[in-house]
Amino acid sequence: MSTVSLEAALLLAGVLFMLGLVGVLIRRNIIFMLISVEIMLNAAGLAFIVAGTRWVQPDGQVMFIFILTMAAAEVSVGLALILQIYHQLKTLNSDAANIMKG
Amino acid sequence: MENLLWVIPALPFLGAILLVLFGSRLPRSGVAALGVGSVGVAALSTVLLGLQFLAERPAFYHQEVWQWFNVAGFRPSVAFHLDALSMVFIFVITFVGFLIHVYSTAYMAEETDFSRFFACMNLFVGSMLLLVMADNLLLLYMGWEGVGLCSYLLIGFWYKEPANGYAARKAFTITRVGDTAMAIGLFLLFQLFGTLNIQAILTDAPQVWQVGAGGALLVALLLLGGAVGKSGQLPLQTWLPDAMAGPTPVSALIHAATMVTAGVYLIARMYVIFELAPVAQLTVAVVGAVTLLVAGFSALTQYDLKRVLAYSTISQIGYMFLALGVGAWSAGIFHFMIHAFFKALLFLCAGAIILALHHQQDMRQMGGLRKSMPVVFWTFLIGAASLAALPIITAGFYSKDQILWYTLAGPSGSVWLYAAGLAGAFLTSIYTFRMVFMTFYGAPKTPVAHPPGKAITVPLVILAVLSLAGGFIELPHNFGHVALFSDLLAPVLPGIRAAQALEANEWLFQVLAAVVSLGGVLVAYLYYQQSPALLQRLERSNFAMRLHRFWFSGWGFDALYNTLFVRPYVYLAHLNKGDVIDSFYTGVARLAEGFHVMLSQTQSGVLRNYVMGVVVGAIMILTISLLL
Repeated sequence: MSTVSLEAALLLAGVLFMLGLVGVLIRRNIIFMLISVEIMLNAAGLAFIVAGTRWVQPDGQVMFIFILTMAAAEVSVGLALILQIYHQLKTLNSDAANIMKG
Repeated sequence: MENLLWVIPALPFLGAILLVLFGSRLPRSGVAALGVGSVGVAALSTVLLGLQFLAERPAFYHQEVWQWFNVAGFRPSVAFHLDALSMVFIFVITFVGFLIHVYSTAYMAEETDFSRFFACMNLFVGSMLLLVMADNLLLLYMGWEGVGLCSYLLIGFWYKEPANGYAARKAFTITRVGDTAMAIGLFLLFQLFGTLNIQAILTDAPQVWQVGAGGALLVALLLLGGAVGKSGQLPLQTWLPDAMAGPTPVSALIHAATMVTAGVYLIARMYVIFELAPVAQLTVAVVGAVTLLVAGFSALTQYDLKRVLAYSTISQIGYMFLALGVGAWSAGIFHFMIHAFFKALLFLCAGAIILALHHQQDMRQMGGLRKSMPVVFWTFLIGAASLAALPIITAGFYSKDQILWYTLAGPSGSVWLYAAGLAGAFLTSIYTFRMVFMTFYGAPKTPVAHPPGKAITVPLVILAVLSLAGGFIELPHNFGHVALFSDLLAPVLPGIRAAQALEANEWLFQVLAAVVSLGGVLVAYLYYQQSPALLQRLERSNFAMRLHRFWFSGWGFDALYNTLFVRPYVYLAHLNKGDVIDSFYTGVARLAEGFHVMLSQTQSGVLRNYVMGVVVGAIMILTISLLL
């Protein structure tokens, strides 16, 4: 099994996380924002896996399974919200949802 | 009987409490019975106690009722100490107070706040009894403040008139200046002696201080400050003439039996400290001498009957201070007692006149009352004669002559003090008989509406008898050996001996005093009865009118205090109308409000801004945690 250096793996995770973050920040379409959040979650999961491998501990993988589960739940709620927003506002622009401010 | 000492102050307090609780539901006769009865029974117990005291002649009676509190070794108790000095005081307070209460039932009969009046009067008498019977200075101070409170309540009795409320506040504030000095004096005494028990302090003081020690001087001056405030002496005398805003029986009570005599009592009670500080004692004498002249000149110019009497009280208390200041302790107390009789009499007569003339107090509107109110005329004349110290027949002569004699012949007497006293006696008899001639002689100017009834005339007659006969218990040495009063006080207050060189000539000075007081009557007769043209010529002179205005305004003390204290205070209060301190708290509230507005702006509802906020926050936390 070819070994990947820890730094390279963490760098990949960091880059992925930043890409996801930038996506959340600059995208206006709410579906794209959701996808970007998923990318960030995966980046975090990758970091856990890498750390778990480095210390030869199962905890990293356990955490990844948690994150997967959480992401699934989050996506289902998020999609339901998106459907409702589209239903109400007839648009997917997240800025239009500012009518919800308290 | 001596185990029932507590009954004497407790009765008026009980009367006051009952009147406060149930007074509004009782009929007028019930209120009067309760208010007069409580003081009456106290007077009766005082007489019984006094008889026992005279029979047994103990040094003192003492009764501890309970311990007030016990904090860090400071254990003041509610305990009563009765010796000859307090005996004289409680006799005057309860007996004269009782007569004034009887009189009040008639005087105040038309008032709506009948029960409030009697509740305050009872409280007044009770506080004063507490003051003179207390065995420690803390309890004394409680009574001291009690009389201050009651004077405020009673001077402002007709509170719907703003001027009366102002007079009440003035009395309260000015006496508070003296009270503060006295409180500091008590703190000092406690720090030095570790106790406030009067007898313990009087015993220890000569061991702690040499004669002329700085500590004794300081304490004596602070106590003098308190006495000066309550007794209306220079420079705190300005409240007393304005205190005439209250009902006349209140003035009689304040002037004769209670509040203004508290200062005399305090100095006499703490005489050891004053003897250890000769400078302070000299100050007492000088304050008395100056006050009696200042007030005498002011009394000469007033037109309001009650204000003449008020200034006359200030002047007579000045005599008592003079006596205390030269060490003639028993002479001062003797004058206090006689003064209580004739001043209560004069005030009650003045009240009868004022009531008969529909609350007319201006002497220029009176006149000719001699025929229409004979009882009041004769009793007033007796009181006036006693105040003016007409020789031989009046009690005032014996008490005042004693003071004058010792200011000259006593060990610390001086010609200057004697001259001031003599000039004061001359002024006294002029303004007294000016009052008599203006009120009772000449043409009637206001018709008499209500002739006085029995409840008014009986106290007048009793007080008139006392004002004449009260003096015979203490005669000058060359009149035979009758010195009942100073013998009574001898165990409590040290005696005084006149200088040998002058003793043989005592009669000369008595004749001088008699001539001076008769001369005053003559002057008043000339100016106000015989030839009014003299008075008119005086009124045409510019200088005389200026002087008249100056004296009329009480030597400008009110104006001086207004400029020195009241105006700057009002100015500062006006400047600080917005309250500087408050603006700090307002600032805090404004800041919180500003942050609130800023933060509520950030809640835009734009999702990406929120995310941005989270990111910025995370970066900040990471940066900080990396840096630290």
